[in-house]
Amino acid sequence: MNVLAYLIPISLLLGGLGLAAFFWALRRGQYDDPEGDSQRFLSDEFDDRPKG
Amino acid sequence: MTAAQHPSACPACDAVPLAEALAGGKGGEEGRMVLSVPAAHCAVCINTVEHALEAVPGVRSARMNLTLKRVSVETDPGLSPDLLTRALSAVGYEAQELDGTMLSTTETDRQSRDFLMRLGVAGFAMMNVMILSVAVWSGASDVTRDMFHWVSGAIALPAVAFSAQPFFISAWRSLRVRRLNMDVPISLGIILASLMSLVETALHGQEAYFDAALSLTFFLLAGRYLDQRTRVAARSAAEALSALEVPRAQRPGGEIVAVSDLKAGELVRVLPGGRMPVDGVVRDGETEIDRGLLTGETLPVRVAPGDAVSAGEVNLTGPLTVEITAAGRDTRLHRMADLVAMAETARNRYTSIADRAARIYAPLVHVLALSAFVAWFAATHDLRFSVNIAVALLIITCPCALGLAVPAVSTAASGRLFRRGLLIKSPTALERLAEVDLVVFDKTGTLTEGRPELAGDLAGSAEDRVALALAQASMHPLAVALAAAGQAAGLTPATLEDVREVPGHGVEALHGGARVRLGRADWVGALPEAGTATYLGIGGATRAYRFTDHPRAGAEQAVVGLKALGLEVELLSGDVPSAVGEMAARLGIPSWAADLRPEEKAARIEALRVAGHRVLMVGDGLNDTIALAQAHVSISPASALDAARVVADIVALGGSLEHLPEAVRTARRAKARILENFALAAAYNIVAVPFALAGLASPLLAALAMSSSSIIVSLNALRLR
Repeated sequence: MNVLAYLIPISLLLGGLGLAAFFWALRRGQYDDPEGDSQRFLSDEFDDRPKG
Repeated sequence: MTAAQHPSACPACDAVPLAEALAGGKGGEEGRMVLSVPAAHCAVCINTVEHALEAVPGVRSARMNLTLKRVSVETDPGLSPDLLTRALSAVGYEAQELDGTMLSTTETDRQSRDFLMRLGVAGFAMMNVMILSVAVWSGASDVTRDMFHWVSGAIALPAVAFSAQPFFISAWRSLRVRRLNMDVPISLGIILASLMSLVETALHGQEAYFDAALSLTFFLLAGRYLDQRTRVAARSAAEALSALEVPRAQRPGGEIVAVSDLKAGELVRVLPGGRMPVDGVVRDGETEIDRGLLTGETLPVRVAPGDAVSAGEVNLTGPLTVEITAAGRDTRLHRMADLVAMAETARNRYTSIADRAARIYAPLVHVLALSAFVAWFAATHDLRFSVNIAVALLIITCPCALGLAVPAVSTAASGRLFRRGLLIKSPTALERLAEVDLVVFDKTGTLTEGRPELAGDLAGSAEDRVALALAQASMHPLAVALAAAGQAAGLTPATLEDVREVPGHGVEALHGGARVRLGRADWVGALPEAGTATYLGIGGATRAYRFTDHPRAGAEQAVVGLKALGLEVELLSGDVPSAVGEMAARLGIPSWAADLRPEEKAARIEALRVAGHRVLMVGDGLNDTIALAQAHVSISPASALDAARVVADIVALGGSLEHLPEAVRTARRAKARILENFALAAAYNIVAVPFALAGLASPLLAALAMSSSSIIVSLNALRLR
């Protein structure tokens, strides 16, 4: 069962990374317009870089 | 159960600080504008809208938000919003300016992110604790189990403390005014589950409900987020539309000032096409004004120096200088809006199905839990065991499904209607709409465009060609309509010399050396006819061109559709009987009344209510606002006066009324789904409660029951989309 001593912290760390990524995305406004984002990629105008 | 999202009891009050902030912020200086573009729906729309706006000189950048159907534009300071809306209408998108300060939009965005953040934390914590719980469920024991419980607790307690705050706050608010809403049992369930699990963990107990506390928080938060999200989309547009009467006015020197800076006794200039920003007396200039929005009349009224004008009226033909008698909140317009706010409070006492359910449910569950505790304690004298039974009961019955039952359905229904251009402003609007059995329409501006259309065709005679040429020289609505009809008939305008417009009267010119006039009957020398008409005077002869008001797109389908749903339809108008009767006949509305003052309209609605009807009022003018507030539920077109829009429960974006029957149908189906969801939740409780009472509930059982009932309820709601 000693393996748990590694596995639990590792799983928490990975989960925490995911949470941090979610926070980052949220603060960058990536959830503000899901509908628009799903349509925008259809246009080749934003191929090089997304519209600011 | 949505108390957390009710900042105030009256929607009109919400709009007041907004309007003040707007007026105080001298909108536009920041160079940021937000336009509502209800018709946008696809990738091509995004490009078209953004390009059209970026092509306007002075625009730095434009970004479309398709979810909220609005576009935010960075501009050079002082750019007129009219330029932007005109650029958009040139590419086929109807647009309206929203508030200039971005105050409310950033605020709602912030709230939305806040909810999403809590939801994310709850979801993260729930999944991790659930994984740890699987180990416990599959037989971990002694030290291992205790360790897993401690790790779970270390994740769950902070996560619950952060994520469940909206419930705690709402429950506390409700308790402070000695009422029970759904958030009280929710909060109690979450807190007790966390505390009991903590105690059990400390006492090396076998069962901890950390995962239940978290999944409870997660599912309920999901419901709450959905609820808030749809409301934000609707409210940001509807509320901010009240800023449509852009609160700016022009001084005689040409200086543009905020209406909030104007005082009685000062002069303002109102150009043709502009709306009166204040109440006042005309000092200079002659014109015709359109009072349609205030009184429902379609015929323009002529005003000259000494005549009184009211805020909200539209100046049609000549520039005016107006001495202010009342500005801002003292105007007749605002006093009327205050009356409306009072009428509104009565309607705000409507109790939603969810609140009614909470009122039965919350005491029932608490009494059940208490008696379970008392009974088990009497039987076993084991305090810890009895408390565990009671808490397990609270967790099992905690209204996961109930919490999702309403928001999941109203999200699906509101989303469906939003895609058809209907913004649901009030949280109980759908429920009330489902109960409606009679629809009352206003005429001018609601069933009609409030825009005249030439009656009959132009034959193409020499007179018609002269009339067309004269009409083209004026921006008067009747002249514009005449010119449009002439163009449609393919007529060539006659050649005129020395064309000039006489404000308040009409247009005159020389045709082959003879004076020709197009305008008011007395000026042209014609006998006035009934209804809306303009008159041509040519060589001593006169001729009348009659106009009818054009019915709004979809008005006919709306009336037919509503009748097909078994609703009675009535037409109440402040316009003259001939015009109202004609429109009623054209649309097939059997019962109508004309010449009604605003109070009489409201009285009619009240009479219908007393007779047992649930009335849906559809109207747009100031003369409708009291009736709108009095009705069981109300709808306004987006072109309506701000007072009417603020009062209405639902705002119809876009010009068409054709989706009204769809709205009623959707509301009825939404109500049916809500009741089904309650039935599902009740059935689940009937099965689960005996287990909990018998002391057979385990954390695993709770997790299974909670997840499955939440998913079933959400899936049922999705059938609406």
